Amino acid sequence: MTAEMLIFFIFVLSIFLGFELISKVPSMLHTPLMSGTNAIHGIILLGGMLALAAADGFIQHAAGFVAVVLGSANVFGGFMVTDRMLQMFKRKK
Amino acid sequence: MIISLAFLIVSVLFITGIKLLASPKTARRGNLIAGVGMLIALFAVLPLLHDSHGNAVSLGKWFLLITGILLGLIVGAAGAYKVKMTAMPQMVALFNGAGGGAAALVAAIEFAHVTRDSSLTFVVSMLCAAIIGAVSLSGSIIAYLKLEGHFDKPVTYPAQQAINCVLFLASVLLAVVMAAGSHSMVLMLLFLALALALGVLMVMPIGGADMPVVISLLNSFTGLAVAADGFAINNIAMIIAGTLVGSSGTILTLAMCQAMNRPVTNVLFSAFGKVDAAAASADVATGSVKPVQADEAALLLGMAARVVIVPGYGLAVAQAQHQVRQLSDELAKKGVEVSFAIHPVAGRMPGHMNVLLAEADVSYDQLIEMDEINPEMDRVDVCLVIGANDVVNPAAREDKSSPIYGMPIIEAEKAGTVIVMKRSMGKGFAGIENALFLRDNCRMLFGDAKASLQELVTLVKAG
Repeated sequence: MTAEMLIFFIFVLSIFLGFELISKVPSMLHTPLMSGTNAIHGIILLGGMLALAAADGFIQHAAGFVAVVLGSANVFGGFMVTDRMLQMFKRKK
Repeated sequence: MIISLAFLIVSVLFITGIKLLASPKTARRGNLIAGVGMLIALFAVLPLLHDSHGNAVSLGKWFLLITGILLGLIVGAAGAYKVKMTAMPQMVALFNGAGGGAAALVAAIEFAHVTRDSSLTFVVSMLCAAIIGAVSLSGSIIAYLKLEGHFDKPVTYPAQQAINCVLFLASVLLAVVMAAGSHSMVLMLLFLALALALGVLMVMPIGGADMPVVISLLNSFTGLAVAADGFAINNIAMIIAGTLVGSSGTILTLAMCQAMNRPVTNVLFSAFGKVDAAAASADVATGSVKPVQADEAALLLGMAARVVIVPGYGLAVAQAQHQVRQLSDELAKKGVEVSFAIHPVAGRMPGHMNVLLAEADVSYDQLIEMDEINPEMDRVDVCLVIGANDVVNPAAREDKSSPIYGMPIIEAEKAGTVIVMKRSMGKGFAGIENALFLRDNCRMLFGDAKASLQELVTLVKAG
């Protein structure tokens, strides 16, 4: 099996894993969940860093820099806002 | 090898994190675990950074990288800690748009590095990431503006679906041309412009009430764009994380549509106002509105054995979550059993109302989901509806001509007495009449929710 095919396998299996993980979440947690998964796709920051590192010329540098800023805002903002929401879910004694 | 192992650990942490997010007890830990995974990923990628010739990254570039990350950190943290809980959907829309924009930019930069030797998978992945990311960016911005109330009505124009279709086909055609070997940057920019326009035109006709569905869908779009970028850059952690978000967002989107009993195609491709106008004439509700004063309402509540509160977005708009918690505490002191009935789409996002009440220190075991409360509703003495409308409209069960017919509702009308707190006799978000207000067992308490609740708290305390 080629490396590309192997990656494709992982992709398809991840789709099913995502379905399984999410389908059991109670609706009360849907908002934090949306926000939490939103933070996870902030991993695009890695892509931004790789692209900026490999950038040539002004335009690519500028685009890479903006991508890093946006990705970083997505990651850090996403995890922080989700945590801020979740810390409020308390059970009273 | 070590880097690959690090990315494996990152993937496992993401999966564990999402899994733990599924229960209120572990959700916060789940988010932290996913966050730890993200930090590991950020460090694991450092040895992989190199310039376009494969050399070590220059000092100037390190400066740009670190500045960019810090800038994003500051902006993101400021947004995360300053945003009001009621504006949470807007915040998620903005963060999602940022992710989509980053994904599109990364794809565009990678495209500039395409050579004749680049594999077709590489080019196609990039094109996918570019179009999906750009649609997600512009769509999220429009969704944000709609939630902020900048467009009052769904924007409709003739043949909008045909125009969207033509735009989409044009982008696909362009993508085919580029994949076939025309690696011109001008084409790429045109492609991105088309995708941005597509995002705007897709979201414009959708009503503000349906924005949560749109944001959830765009959230999964961004996930897929990130996965596609992962394919192009050959980064396994990005593929797994992006795909997990893509499939979870899809499930969440479908769950939301299910709660409103509308097929997802209906939400996305038909403006809600149209259905409404056709059905409005069939409104045959009879009866009269029976106002109630706060002192009488307080008496009814104080004498009840069991009270169910149905909070709606109106409660959040009035910023009255703390007052409603005080009322619940005061009633509990008098031995009244108080619970909150939460409709799946109460608020502006599924679960939004839970967050808003949690912020006001309402214990989450007092929050009961719709399916659990409905069978018990006829044993409830007083049902207090605060700033909710469509989610308690009996037309959803009884009136086949109603645009919300078939939507599951909280069956408030079955309670002994229903007290509806409302600013005026205005219509709900769906823009339709509510027959509940005219029922014999329904009393209307008009006024600002916050002021009225404050009055009720004082009266119940004194009484």
